[in-house]
Amino acid sequence: MTRQKLIVVGNGMAAGRVLEHLFEEAPDAFDVTVFNAEPRVNYNRIMLSPVLSGEKAYEDILIHDDAWYAERGVTLVKGVAIGAVNRETKTVRATDGTVHGYDKLLIATGSNPVIIPLPGKDLPGVVTYRDLDDVEKMIAAANAGGRAVVIGGGLLGLEAAAGLKAQGMDVTVLHLMPTLMERQLDPAAGYLLQRAIEARGIEVVCKANTHAILGETRVEGVRLDDGREIAASLVVMAVGIRPNMGLAKAAGLDVNRGVLVDDAMRTSDPDIYAVGECVEHRGACYGLVAPLYEMAKVAAQGLLGAPGTYTGSVTATKLKVTGIDLFSAGDFADAKGREEIVLRDAARGVYKRLVLEGNRLVGAVLYGDTADGTWFFDMVRSGTDISDLREMLIFGPAFSGATPLDPTAAVAALPDDAPICGCNGVCKGRIVTAITAKGLSSLDEVRTHTKASASCGSCTPLVEKLLTATLGDAYAAAAVQPMCKCTDLGHDEVRRLIVAKSLKSIPAVMQELQWKTSCGCAKCRPALNYYLLCEWPGDYVDDQQSRFINERVHANIQKDGTYSVVPRMWGGLTTPDELRAIADVADKFKIPTVKVTGGQRIDLLGVKKEDLPAVWADLGRAGMISGAAYAKGLRTVKTCVGSEWCRFGTQDSTGLGVKLEKAMWGSWTPAKVKLGVSGCPRNCAEATCKDIGVVCVDTGYEIHFAGAAGMHVKGTEVLTLVASEAECIEIIMALTQLYREQGRYLERIYKWADRVSVATIRSQVVDDVPKRAALLQRFLLSQATAQVDPWAERVKGFEAHEFSPMAEVGKMEAAE
Amino acid sequence: MNRVLQGQFAADWVAVGAVSDIPIQGARVVKSRHGDIAVFRAADDTIFALRNRCPHKGGPLSEGIVHGHSVTCPLHNWVISLETGAVEGPDEGCARVIGVKVEDGTVLLDLSRLTVS
Repeated sequence: MTRQKLIVVGNGMAAGRVLEHLFEEAPDAFDVTVFNAEPRVNYNRIMLSPVLSGEKAYEDILIHDDAWYAERGVTLVKGVAIGAVNRETKTVRATDGTVHGYDKLLIATGSNPVIIPLPGKDLPGVVTYRDLDDVEKMIAAANAGGRAVVIGGGLLGLEAAAGLKAQGMDVTVLHLMPTLMERQLDPAAGYLLQRAIEARGIEVVCKANTHAILGETRVEGVRLDDGREIAASLVVMAVGIRPNMGLAKAAGLDVNRGVLVDDAMRTSDPDIYAVGECVEHRGACYGLVAPLYEMAKVAAQGLLGAPGTYTGSVTATKLKVTGIDLFSAGDFADAKGREEIVLRDAARGVYKRLVLEGNRLVGAVLYGDTADGTWFFDMVRSGTDISDLREMLIFGPAFSGATPLDPTAAVAALPDDAPICGCNGVCKGRIVTAITAKGLSSLDEVRTHTKASASCGSCTPLVEKLLTATLGDAYAAAAVQPMCKCTDLGHDEVRRLIVAKSLKSIPAVMQELQWKTSCGCAKCRPALNYYLLCEWPGDYVDDQQSRFINERVHANIQKDGTYSVVPRMWGGLTTPDELRAIADVADKFKIPTVKVTGGQRIDLLGVKKEDLPAVWADLGRAGMISGAAYAKGLRTVKTCVGSEWCRFGTQDSTGLGVKLEKAMWGSWTPAKVKLGVSGCPRNCAEATCKDIGVVCVDTGYEIHFAGAAGMHVKGTEVLTLVASEAECIEIIMALTQLYREQGRYLERIYKWADRVSVATIRSQVVDDVPKRAALLQRFLLSQATAQVDPWAERVKGFEAHEFSPMAEVGKMEAAE
Repeated sequence: MNRVLQGQFAADWVAVGAVSDIPIQGARVVKSRHGDIAVFRAADDTIFALRNRCPHKGGPLSEGIVHGHSVTCPLHNWVISLETGAVEGPDEGCARVIGVKVEDGTVLLDLSRLTVS
């Protein structure tokens, strides 16, 4: 049988889902070519907001990577749009001039953002919020700082505002109506939302009609109807979307607001199907993902010759702004014959509104407490007669009728067609079937097989309860290891939330993330201190009391309570003057032991705490600074003599070691970082068991990392080979920054590499040049304020209380 | 800041300095001829005093991280209750508690039991 030729125009989420169904049902039915105007693979568009806020990366939101298309023999043409369809000849013409024939055509052109026809709308710096290009423009603008104006206070506008704020911009939201999200929320609830948005430092101006966008060569601000002007370096238009039906219309297909389709998702031409945001079905256009997925399923059935029926969707939506819970489902517009039930709890910031028509629930809006969202949504979809429940309905399933079920039982009691994952349109029955038929036993497996909870993740608890309900005790939730007993959150979660919620102090983290202890413990406080220091360089004030003693007094405590002192010797080099100063200090302070360390430095052991500042003062006068031999930070850079002296040396390994140490000293990292630079593969500096190592060769510098020679012994992994010293230093700094940002507190580089994989790290610090540059920039930014010698600070009197007793008592004989 | 308070040892209560001399969630050492005393200031501003020796291997508790009404010894991470001196968790032992009170922002220690060992 010859395969039919299917051409897909557009590669958004709807198109991707149609392909999934096709290849699941009949992998050999079609020869598929996909034209994607965006130069990318298929990604999860509803997750743009977490990308903007920095909570997720592009890689996290990919749905199908290049390999997925290759495996299925799909030709994916990126960055090329379809310009015209000729239905007579059954061909399409692409913007690159090529012409392609089809047996079936699938139009999935999505929607376009609405652009308000204002003066200045085309200025550079005016963006919409629709695809990854927009997000990249917004992040680039945010990196330059300044103020962003977001026009539109709906879901999209508020998510954009929160994301830009998280990226460090000042943000003003302009909203035409008197209150935010007026379609979903009544004025009082709109006010609650506005207050929550403002509490994040975002300015909200309602009843704001934009008159013009100002600027000559690029955007400089906006002017409102009342004459007010707001300066801005970025203007985001987020006022809505419009089905993109230009191609269909030009092809002579029936269109109205969108491309008209029947219940089988067929357009007026039986060989042309359409799905997604570009279509109009039974008078409705959709901009949410769940309906798109329902359409995709029916379209796939139609393409395979077994037409299904799509009858329209009841939709539910959530505001994806971390820390603000807003859920709405169904239809909540005022209309004749509709009644409302409203519950407000101002103190808790909770608002719930149910819209009833006859004895049925037709809409629900929940703010502040959205736990019952799924239950209400299910009632809206099923059209349950609620007359018996009405009095207690708003209190949710726990109080309505005689079903105070435990949460697992409540999930078990849901009907099979109850939607669990709104993002991916997965119902309960499909998950349970997958668990039993395929023998799934973990959340990850359910995600792989059904996609449930694989997108925004907000239904994860529901999916876990389904696993529990289906497997009973056989299911042990693979819980994230909490940071410590003070919280249930894991390290990664805490870090993500520090960024997302802009938390800038340890008390703020503990308050916002609901720490279970009043002020943490000796495990979480140093970790939080590091995460905050890493995230807000120059801004966060190091909390000395959350530092382990060695990092607080910048020396290593010994078993008898004395300290050891190790000054830096750059790359293991020293001078007669330095050695003389060390000898003098040892004499003057009667330091009992002087030892050469494994990192090519000299350790003065047995120094009394009170003597530390004076010892440092003497060493400082000879030009020496702290060697940070105590730090979760850069320690030593061990070198061999290299080409300067050694007859085998291929490069100046000593010089490179000194440069690396000068560039990187003072940086704090999740755990200690030790470097080694060897001048030839004989490897006298033992670079191949270091956290980061360099082995010089004739052709350049082989960069190694993730070695260990402590409790575990592990050879390094080769990161890459570079030709120049400058590039070598650059990559090592980028690598260190990635580790600083991703490593969990106390996790050494080799463990981090083991967890996230060497390949991922290589792709980010070697292959992805812009990403490397960005990492390098962040490292340098952090170093700008980090390279302060802590010894010199303390010689000048900083933290003086550390080094003297509070009092001395009992010099005389005791009376007794 | 180094105070030598002579001739007061016979009294029950000896002033050793101001509350504000001690960092919040931190500690200072008071030296006495019978050994060092660690004086702690918790996040809620409560003041505690213990002999500055961990019951495990004699580590200086004054150098540990103070959290809640506990301190974690800097040598081997034993957690000691500032209220009772007892070791928390699976380990056993007790650091000697020294009587302490605050009057008008001044910390006073009861040194009368210090020599009893």
